[in-house]
Amino acid sequence: MSAPLDVSIGAPGIAVPAVAAPSRLRRRLRRYGPAWVGGGIVIAWVLVALLAPWISPYHPDAVDVSIRLRPPSLAHWMGTDTLGRDVFSRLLHGARLSLAAGFTVVILGAAIGTTIGIVAAWTRGFGDEALMRLTDLVLCFPPIILALAIAAALGIGPLNTILAMLVVWWPKFARLARALALVQRSQEYVEAATVLGLRPRRILARHILPNTLGPLAVLVTLDLGNAILTFAGLSFLGLGVIPPMPEWGSMVAEGRELVEQWWVAAFPGLAILTVVVGFNFCGDGLRDWLDPRSRSR
Amino acid sequence: MARYIGKRLLLAALMAVLASCVIFLIANLVPGDPVLAQLGDVAASDPAIVARWRAKWGLDLPLWERYGIFLTGLLHGDLGISIATHRPVLDDIRQYAPATIELATIAFLLSLVIGIPLGIAAAVRRDGWIDSAARALSLLGVSAPTFWLAFMMLAIFYGGLGWAPGPGRIDPIAFPPEGPTGLFLIDSIWSGDWEGFQDSLAHLVLPSIVLAAATIGLITRTTRAAMLDSLQQDYVRVSRAKGLHEWAIILRHALPNALVPVVTLGGLAYANLLAGAVMTETVFAWPGLGRYTFTSAAALDFPAIVGITLVVSITFLLVNLAVDLSYALLDPRVRR
Repeated sequence: MSAPLDVSIGAPGIAVPAVAAPSRLRRRLRRYGPAWVGGGIVIAWVLVALLAPWISPYHPDAVDVSIRLRPPSLAHWMGTDTLGRDVFSRLLHGARLSLAAGFTVVILGAAIGTTIGIVAAWTRGFGDEALMRLTDLVLCFPPIILALAIAAALGIGPLNTILAMLVVWWPKFARLARALALVQRSQEYVEAATVLGLRPRRILARHILPNTLGPLAVLVTLDLGNAILTFAGLSFLGLGVIPPMPEWGSMVAEGRELVEQWWVAAFPGLAILTVVVGFNFCGDGLRDWLDPRSRSR
Repeated sequence: MARYIGKRLLLAALMAVLASCVIFLIANLVPGDPVLAQLGDVAASDPAIVARWRAKWGLDLPLWERYGIFLTGLLHGDLGISIATHRPVLDDIRQYAPATIELATIAFLLSLVIGIPLGIAAAVRRDGWIDSAARALSLLGVSAPTFWLAFMMLAIFYGGLGWAPGPGRIDPIAFPPEGPTGLFLIDSIWSGDWEGFQDSLAHLVLPSIVLAAATIGLITRTTRAAMLDSLQQDYVRVSRAKGLHEWAIILRHALPNALVPVVTLGGLAYANLLAGAVMTETVFAWPGLGRYTFTSAAALDFPAIVGITLVVSITFLLVNLAVDLSYALLDPRVRR
């Protein structure tokens, strides 16, 4: 696709039926309302994760087989599972690992990928070629399959699963960072810095990196939801956590045969859904704020 | 054009060889040991049994020798023997592939049939209620965990309402339709088995909706963005000035140009559907490649893991190649 030419004159909105001009408040609400909602959801879940031990009505691992598979009630808001554990308490505790895993994978993946991408853009030539072919190589595997194979080989557990995800996570950041850095590299202020005799490392860290942070921040925010989904998926397949540790994906797995006792699997999945929606709202809002042109998308 | 294709093919072949090397190293260098997973505690505590078992599967040879054997086999179209099923990996893949291809294809068609019209409508009536609904739908589609969506669909439409059949490709007491392809829809038509066709189709409904959920959102958003872009181009303004009917402008002039990015994305999405079927197949007890991947990963069945990752990544490469080539056909500027 060719980008629309900026020289096009006249109002581009002929295709759009005339809408009564919305008030300023409504316009701002339409634009940033979802971002505020998303931010609220994310902050709420972070608080839940931090405060889980104090706000849960029961211990997450407290087994009581005399009350197994009870439907939601006043005593157990989200019912109980096959071992009589309180689903609500386990769900609150599950937020800890899900959020921690998501943040770890995305932040480390972004750090590794950005470093590789910026270094590749700066060195050009052989180093660039080698690093980018390595990126292509990882990208030519379907991520979930590769992560599944590595996680299974490393063994069950949160750390191994995070490690496996990191292996497949960095390339997209490397690609984006390289593209952004290549644009910055040809800017005049970089030339000026080079002429002034600054060392490459300083130019990279102090001049190029800050200018690429905006789009990277958008990708990081949008990607957090993605990472939480993938981690939950690997846990669902039995890799992420060692039972009885409460984790959303494995909680859905425990209830997946229980079609009659839907509450065991339904609520943890709903928790994943809300957290991912929250991060997606935040990411979209951040992108609109940083790049006004993207609003039309 | 021929040079472009040749260059791309060469690059793809090189990537496939490198990929085989990487996946072999990953599968063989990691600390996980298939001995325990396969033999069980009692047998694994007897060193003689373990040594014999390792020799049988060639696990006592040095790494480079094992890679040599693997490569030689690969060139003969042999992916080795699965440790868990004791069958050639290629036979296993051949057996499970049709179920996944059928599911992914139906899901892909579903996401095109829903996503493209929805994207067009959202772009034409921008900021209208269709646009908002499309936005909400695509957000939910990409945010909902596939495995949870699969469970909810089963719980509601099979357990609760009884509208849909249970897990599996066909009714448990029915015989699979006979035919050459292994795709039940085509096989049942081929053998004139009308009941089998209905049964297979009914079993496809829920899993294909679940598998398509994320792709529908992706296709809708891409179509919408591309349509908004092309509706602002000069040729659209010219068509309007000529007095063409609005729908003729949208469908004949704006849409074909907007479809270029959709084709690119669609190809990648199809490859991702093939790979992403792991969760859907697990919940719906779908006997496809996704479930095979998962069971072999859980059993540390290295030959199977290497084989399937290789097959899937080569498929990935080929789809990418096809997408790039179709891109070059649709947009002459890319060929240079």
